[in-house]
Amino acid sequence: MSFSISSDVDAQKVATITLAGELDSLSSREFQSAIEHVAAENPKELVLRVEDLSFMSSAGLRVLIFSKQKMGTNLPIFMVKPQSAIVDTLEKTGLQHSVNIVDEYPA
Amino acid sequence: MMDTRIDYYPTHEHNGIKFRRGHSLPFGATMVPNGVNFSIYSSAAISCTLVLFERGAPQPFAEIPIPDEFRIGNVYSIMVFDLDYERLEYGYKMDGPFNPLEGHRFNKDTILSDPYAKVIGGRDTWLAEPNWDNIYPYRSRLAFEDFDWEGDHPLETPIEDLQVYEMHVRGFTKDPSSKVKNPGTFTAIRDKIPYLKEMGINCIELLPIYEFDEWEFNRTSPITGEVLVNYWGYSTVNFFSPKAGYAATGKFGMQVDELKTLIKELHKNGIEVWLDVVFNHTAEGDHRGHTISFRGIDNKTYYMLTPEGYYFNFSGTGNTLNCNHPVVRNMVLDCLRYWAADYHIDGFRFDLAAILGRAQDGSPLSNPPLLESLAHDPILAKCKLIAEAWDAGGLYQVGSFPAYGRWAEWNGKYRDTLRKYLKGDEGQVGDMMQRIQGSPDLYYYRGPNASINFITCHDGFTLYDMFAYNSKHNEANGENNNDGANDNNSWNCGWEGETDDPAVNHLRHKLIKNALTILMVSQGVPMVLMGDEMGRTQKGNNNTYCQDNELNWLDWSLIEKNADIYNFAKHIMRFRHGHPVLRSRRHFQHRDYVGSGYPDISFHGVNAWYADTSAGSRSFAFMLCGDHAKQGIVKDDMIYVIMNMYWDSLTFELPELSRDRKWHVVANTDMPSPDDVFPLGKEPLLENQHHFLAGSRSVVVLVGK
Repeated sequence: MSFSISSDVDAQKVATITLAGELDSLSSREFQSAIEHVAAENPKELVLRVEDLSFMSSAGLRVLIFSKQKMGTNLPIFMVKPQSAIVDTLEKTGLQHSVNIVDEYPA
Repeated sequence: MMDTRIDYYPTHEHNGIKFRRGHSLPFGATMVPNGVNFSIYSSAAISCTLVLFERGAPQPFAEIPIPDEFRIGNVYSIMVFDLDYERLEYGYKMDGPFNPLEGHRFNKDTILSDPYAKVIGGRDTWLAEPNWDNIYPYRSRLAFEDFDWEGDHPLETPIEDLQVYEMHVRGFTKDPSSKVKNPGTFTAIRDKIPYLKEMGINCIELLPIYEFDEWEFNRTSPITGEVLVNYWGYSTVNFFSPKAGYAATGKFGMQVDELKTLIKELHKNGIEVWLDVVFNHTAEGDHRGHTISFRGIDNKTYYMLTPEGYYFNFSGTGNTLNCNHPVVRNMVLDCLRYWAADYHIDGFRFDLAAILGRAQDGSPLSNPPLLESLAHDPILAKCKLIAEAWDAGGLYQVGSFPAYGRWAEWNGKYRDTLRKYLKGDEGQVGDMMQRIQGSPDLYYYRGPNASINFITCHDGFTLYDMFAYNSKHNEANGENNNDGANDNNSWNCGWEGETDDPAVNHLRHKLIKNALTILMVSQGVPMVLMGDEMGRTQKGNNNTYCQDNELNWLDWSLIEKNADIYNFAKHIMRFRHGHPVLRSRRHFQHRDYVGSGYPDISFHGVNAWYADTSAGSRSFAFMLCGDHAKQGIVKDDMIYVIMNMYWDSLTFELPELSRDRKWHVVANTDMPSPDDVFPLGKEPLLENQHHFLAGSRSVVVLVGK
């Protein structure tokens, strides 16, 4: 499945990025650009809608770390409905503590 | 901006791939803005070609001959642009003479792995059958070096305060009884951190985790029909890359992240990580072996060669790395610095380390430059350095390893003396007195910290098998039981192998507890083999290097089956933690230098203040004065230990305690569980404060408080 991405920051300063397909080294550059784009608006929360994301590579994981570093470690990151393979990858690489994994946003 | 620098723009092009002159240092492949810098050394190649693959592709997508103008001295370097860091695999072709007599074995058609590669692809999942026709089976890859350590730092725990646990990554959790989600992986060790903490373990020493090929020398066992593999991993393919097959994420190429995450979690829980590193040889074998990397890049530099151009075999595995060649020495240094700085590794145990002290012609050096460099290296300054101070060529340096004030040793004499004493050999008491003091006869000037005390390790019998087998039973290895050591100093307690005889089993369990107790009350640094704390058996096999099965996989149900051993081990290991007087940095002085009325250590026997060290003696006791703990800086209790390996019970007169102190019972291996050991701080008062009847072949620990 090819990669697709869209982003938006609403009036409440909630940044939402929707990812689908496979997040590998090439597509992670688009992900990073999206992070930089929404970071410019100083969001209060970052929501990653990843229900249709099937794979996240090492480079993809790094963008998650980058987003923390770019927007501050206090910025809550919500990952909405990640597939089990993605959760697995987050757990094995210890990143599950850096994000809030939720079924819905807002809860 | 970094990427506007003129030296990050291409100047050349080859079939659409843009590149320019690279930087000679650092060696290896380094990510730079928009590209990768490649650099490799060869003293005798006449040309070098960079070979680039898409991940897993059967054929390369590019071969770029590195222009001779890019070569500085003997280093070829090139910077290539617009490469996909995650999908890239690379190697080299080196052209040069094939003249074994001169030491050269070049083949311009072989694709060679980079000695400085940080990730190796090709064995991404443990024992997944590879494509045997792959033209480039061990593929160099790039590693991201921007891991989020979240403030982690190597622990730098004083070595005397460590309790080391020698562990095989796969064997620790591969058995279904481990009940972890990803058995046999780095991730699974994270799941078992609570267990390690419960046991009082604050350092794990991992058997080799440098990339190796588990398929090396694979064959079928004539006994079991199972495939036999390179399970232990003492055969390095690449020194800088973690074993992908040990990572649950290895198939995604994320083994670096997974291992670093494990180390970060262990550090958070106060547990150090030591690596068992194998710099004495490589997986390329002798002149009949595969060419993977070093042989094809610079055979004469990387290997010790005979005058006829064959390989010296001081490692017993076919070749010997030429560690005291300046270039190889730098590679070893670069490698250890990388693991210390980028992986936050706390210590290194060097396999067959005596080889590292040999000259290029194989002769032992009195002042080996590699060992000196490691000892004084600024990045390794706080890392523990531990030598297995012997090699397969007959060089035995226990007690005499060139230490430069830094190196500790696996104390082989501790192992041998304890084994003999534990099975009741006579004439061992004098030696035992040295061993429990941290072997001052071996390490007088180096202190007890130079002694890594162990009774068992991966190489040999487990502790349970030590008391269940007189002889090795290695038939399953398919070598007609000719492999493995014959001098095990073991004793089967009257029956070879498993038995239902309760008396034999009781004795075996008691001897295991004796061993663990003596190990925990000895000065020096104790090391426990994975599973010995729960009575793990290898069914008499003392050389399980090739067994990827239950002979090596830790059976966690042993915690229930051998609950008495597990409970005893847990408490005696915690006892050591609770008593600094057991963990001295300096040797005893055998005198009272703090005014307590007692010497720091005193020896006793059935009569207090008199130890029988005659040849026929099999028992003695010693007392540590707690006021001398940490050279008098810390106050601790008095500790008195009886070791009676005589076949009958003996009554020991107890030394008198001063002040209001009374003797309390910590452990008595002659008693049935759970009265054989008591939790720290809950030791019951001893009824008779003047004498103690020690059972046959038992150890007693009392604490005076």
